[in-house]
Amino acid sequence: MAIETLVLGAGQEVGKSCVVVTINGKRIMFDCGMHMGETDHRRYPDFRRISHSGDFNNALSCVIITHFHLDHVGALPYFTEVCGYSGPIYMTYPTKALSPLMLEDYRKVMVDRRGEEEQFTSDHIVECMKKVIALDLRQTVQVDEDLQIRPYYAGHVIGAAMFYAKVGDAEIVYTGDYNMTPDRHLGAAQIDRLRLDLLITESTYATTIRDSRYAREREFLKAVHKCVSGGGKVLIPTFALGRAQELCILLDDYWERMNLKVPIYFSSGLTIQANMYYKMLISWTSQKIKDTYSTHNAFDFKNVHNFERSMIDSPGPCVLFATPGMLSGGFSLEVFKHWGPSEKNLVTLPGYCVAGTVGHKLMSGKLTKSDLGPDSEKDIRCQVHQLAFSPHTDYKGIMDLVKFLSPKHVMLVHGEKPKMISLKEKIHSELGIPCYYPANNETVCIPSTHYENVETSDSFVRSCSNPNFKFQKCSSVDTCNSTSTDRNLMPELQVKDERVAEGILVVDRNKKAKIVHKDELLLKLGEK
Amino acid sequence: MKITCLSKGGGFHLPPCHMLNFCGIRILIDCPLDLSALIAFSPIPTAFDALRFEESNNTEANDLLDSNVGSEKRQKIEKNLDAESLIFEEPWYKTVKNLHLWNTSFIDVVLISSPMGILGLPFITRMKGFSAKVYVTEASARLGQLMMEDLVSMHAELRHFYGPETSDFPPWLRQEELEMLPSVLREIICGREGVESGGWMPLYSAADVKNCILKVHTVKYAEEACYNGTLVIKALSSGVEIGSCNWVLNGPKGDIAYLSSSSFISAHAMSFDYRSLHGTNVLVYSDFSSLCDTQDIEDGDNYSVPTADKLLPMSFQDFDEFNLNSDENLEEREKLIFISSCAIECVNGGGSVLIPVNRLGTILQLLEEIATSLDASALKIPVYIISSVAEELLAFLNIIPEWLCKQRQERLFAGELLFAYVKLLKEKRIHVVPAIHAHKLLMNSQEPCIVFCGHWSLRIGPAVHLLRRWCGDPKSLLILEDVLNPELALLPFQPIAMKVLQCVCSSGIGLRKVQPLLQTLQPKTVLFPEDLRLQINFPIEKPFSVLHYTEAETLKVSCQKNSSELKIAKDLASHLYRITFKNQQIQICRLKGELFMENARYHLLPDNDPKHSLSRPLVHCSLPDSEKLLAALSKVGINASLEPISETESQTVCILHTHDPCKALIEIGTTSTVITTAGQNVASLIYKVVDNIFGGV
Ligand SMILES: [Zn+2]
Repeated sequence: MAIETLVLGAGQEVGKSCVVVTINGKRIMFDCGMHMGETDHRRYPDFRRISHSGDFNNALSCVIITHFHLDHVGALPYFTEVCGYSGPIYMTYPTKALSPLMLEDYRKVMVDRRGEEEQFTSDHIVECMKKVIALDLRQTVQVDEDLQIRPYYAGHVIGAAMFYAKVGDAEIVYTGDYNMTPDRHLGAAQIDRLRLDLLITESTYATTIRDSRYAREREFLKAVHKCVSGGGKVLIPTFALGRAQELCILLDDYWERMNLKVPIYFSSGLTIQANMYYKMLISWTSQKIKDTYSTHNAFDFKNVHNFERSMIDSPGPCVLFATPGMLSGGFSLEVFKHWGPSEKNLVTLPGYCVAGTVGHKLMSGKLTKSDLGPDSEKDIRCQVHQLAFSPHTDYKGIMDLVKFLSPKHVMLVHGEKPKMISLKEKIHSELGIPCYYPANNETVCIPSTHYENVETSDSFVRSCSNPNFKFQKCSSVDTCNSTSTDRNLMPELQVKDERVAEGILVVDRNKKAKIVHKDELLLKLGEK
Repeated sequence: MKITCLSKGGGFHLPPCHMLNFCGIRILIDCPLDLSALIAFSPIPTAFDALRFEESNNTEANDLLDSNVGSEKRQKIEKNLDAESLIFEEPWYKTVKNLHLWNTSFIDVVLISSPMGILGLPFITRMKGFSAKVYVTEASARLGQLMMEDLVSMHAELRHFYGPETSDFPPWLRQEELEMLPSVLREIICGREGVESGGWMPLYSAADVKNCILKVHTVKYAEEACYNGTLVIKALSSGVEIGSCNWVLNGPKGDIAYLSSSSFISAHAMSFDYRSLHGTNVLVYSDFSSLCDTQDIEDGDNYSVPTADKLLPMSFQDFDEFNLNSDENLEEREKLIFISSCAIECVNGGGSVLIPVNRLGTILQLLEEIATSLDASALKIPVYIISSVAEELLAFLNIIPEWLCKQRQERLFAGELLFAYVKLLKEKRIHVVPAIHAHKLLMNSQEPCIVFCGHWSLRIGPAVHLLRRWCGDPKSLLILEDVLNPELALLPFQPIAMKVLQCVCSSGIGLRKVQPLLQTLQPKTVLFPEDLRLQINFPIEKPFSVLHYTEAETLKVSCQKNSSELKIAKDLASHLYRITFKNQQIQICRLKGELFMENARYHLLPDNDPKHSLSRPLVHCSLPDSEKLLAALSKVGINASLEPISETESQTVCILHTHDPCKALIEIGTTSTVITTAGQNVASLIYKVVDNIFGGV
């Protein structure tokens, strides 16, 4: 048996994650994302490669979505409502709750701002989400008789999950995006020690090693504090979900501790609405936030208020969260045009901005007046702070996960090619595990584990677990050991059992093969 | 496997309790408390009662002095049942008596199926030597913890009143005192058989509860938890309460489904996941709720179960349809609407409503129903929830969409609050107060009002005080649920002028659905309660076999297999050298590897440690001629010598030692020959020789 992996997206790039894995006739699509930087047909994965006739229901056993980011879920309404896939779709509860918000926001941006032809409608999103089966963490689902799937906590954003899938004896994990260190509102990724044939992992920061998150957070808070105490305004362009809540918890908490009275604003109703979801989904956040929900729900932000457009030119310091992120247009860009010219003001940008956005130009120092439209006359003089913490795992985290799971094969997706090559070398040389990084539309085939199923007699099993006196007398020379491994434990806690299993396999042509203890063999033969 | 039913329980609040032995693992299922037995105690005495309580204590002392004289006469007189017959002492709590017959340190696994099933657990977890792994769903653990904390805090009032306990054995448990009790009370304390008095315990402390919760291992629905590599344990929603579950246990010898009280209708908890119980070797049917429904059977014949000549397997599709056709859901809904309308009518008439209800499902629905009605009628009637844990409970319920029914989950996806009471709390229509003497309540209490508070036994908690306050008011209303003996429950509050509304909500599978459900689940064997034999009559022809079990008796279910499944890694299997017996259609081969248990399956993996190849005892199946063997061995260049053997080892015929070119040991027994050598080549060489000699066999 083999495991065949077709990479439809996020092969040697970041964007439109989509990996189709085929094991023994079962076919799973992991993620169905869209590419933010593309505008033509390359925006979506090339679904025809799954089925030329377009009969996706027969071609796929199920679709699994790891989290609500558009590069992981963005193509789903198109795939179900336009391409016609109507089979099972699995995602976690938060992903099911929050994906429609992301999709609807994206659709509006596409249609309203860029004036593009819409790829899917609001109704499409609603209809698509109706087909989704929501899962809890570790809930083990039998998709059909042979295919089993199970989500594990991945950190990254609320509801993000790594997915385990098993067909027969073949076992794989697709990580989606994950974070191996906890942040302000989420815990670190968690998974069981599994016996995997293949691990497909993201590799966004395949070569980065990050230092303490708290030091970076302090830098951010210091920058914000300095700006507002100097009477300046802080603009934080973010998307409505994820980063906004993380930074807001950070600020809300800091405001409490420092007893600051400067107002914090949210620009859009979307973020307020998103907070409502976060409040109900608090059990998916970090332990610290979970522990205090009954006295104070951390997403009930005490110092946060709604922002009105009329307040843009009001005097006095403030902090404003405005959508969309990366200053790619809309309200955040509008505010930026007003606040940008003053050197008292501050704008914070994430570590990664897509090429072509104002955020990307600002970060690389190539922003010109013309980028801000014909009506802009003033130079941009404000300070810029780049956030140095990310919800993605770094190199060390990826290596830790690979080492922990020790799969037979590793495949890298969701990263840049040069970094992938470097990481592949490390995985190969340091861990001795074969590693692949296919480009889009390439297929990789690896062999899978297969067990022979036989019966075993009780006395054979007993002979393995009880020290056999006769056996020990015979083998005076050696100490035998067989490892009975409790796979739920960490390696240093493994229980070693000083026995070796020896028995006789009897293959009767008419019956199932059976292992017996050597004393039973004669009985067994005598039956004949 | 073996099963011992320790208690068949009684109703919603007292789930059954079993001890299971499966694959050598001892499993306790549920550890409930019989809180209905609290009814034997007097509620906290009022100031006036307290005076009487002191007096009676004095007379008791006098009686004791006289007892030498008239003791024989005294024993014969049974007191009449009145409020004073109740026990005026700090209440003790009734645990499952049969559980005390087991040494708790021998229990390997405890499975808790519902928040009610955990209430007796602190008694066990605090015992010395307790080391079992406790599995419980996250939601059951949290709700159970809140219920236990509430119980401890309600009990504190009584402990404070009666003072510290003076002896380990309270006077009311003495034989002579028990004989004096009215028979109703005696039966509550000693059970129908009169043997249950050993199950009484003084209540655990808040610290015991905390320690107990620290010892549990929480799981999600359908999570596969693996005990010791041997047993895969899965909790699957049962629909009766948030977090309540049935279990599927998967071991190397097969699988068991444990079906506890389950509900096809649920307006709050995740619905009954019966599909996941399909096709197990054994199904333990442990829904005794129809025992409590017997009244309904007598009432009308619409509950009688049609008896078919034979049961055929049923598909899930047919069963789902069968379920859809039932109108249970509507009936339950109508009941709640009726109760709510009674409450509204009562407050309209100027009376107050006391709802000492404990079922979350009922509370939540009544809260919503009553609040909507109040909204509609524009009445300014406050609703109070009095409990030390209410605030936390209400906050908790709004953050667990994963544990709720479909309709509630839809609210999450629509971005609405899971429960409407959050809005009412914000609007100050509902007030949550920790205790009846809380400042907040004293400051803004207003009558008439509607109060939700514990405890449903009417012996402890705020309900006692409010009932005393309102029992004389004919305009007020008391709503009872699941109270088995309402006359006795209300005894200390007589005479009662207030209206009392008794409601019965269904909580089980329902007699009509038992057989169709089993036809659909298609286990090989069903273990069914003897107590339900009258209600459910299985026809002779059916797709599964049925065994009946009885309380306090152990039932052995022979597992057909004396073998287990084993998986051999392909790379090991491909290295095997197979010998075919010429006359028989059998191939045998010797194999060696690492045997380990993972997810309830044996695995045999290649053993790559080189030092293990030293030993290769081989087995043959006839008596070789030792002389012939020696000759044959020397032919291939192996020198061997015969070792004289002692008479005692009659199994062994002879032992040969080879010296050159390599050391080896050949033991020839009556049934087997074992070759032990350090080198694989030598072994196979010797083997070939030995094999040649036995060529014809
Ligand atoms: Zn992501």
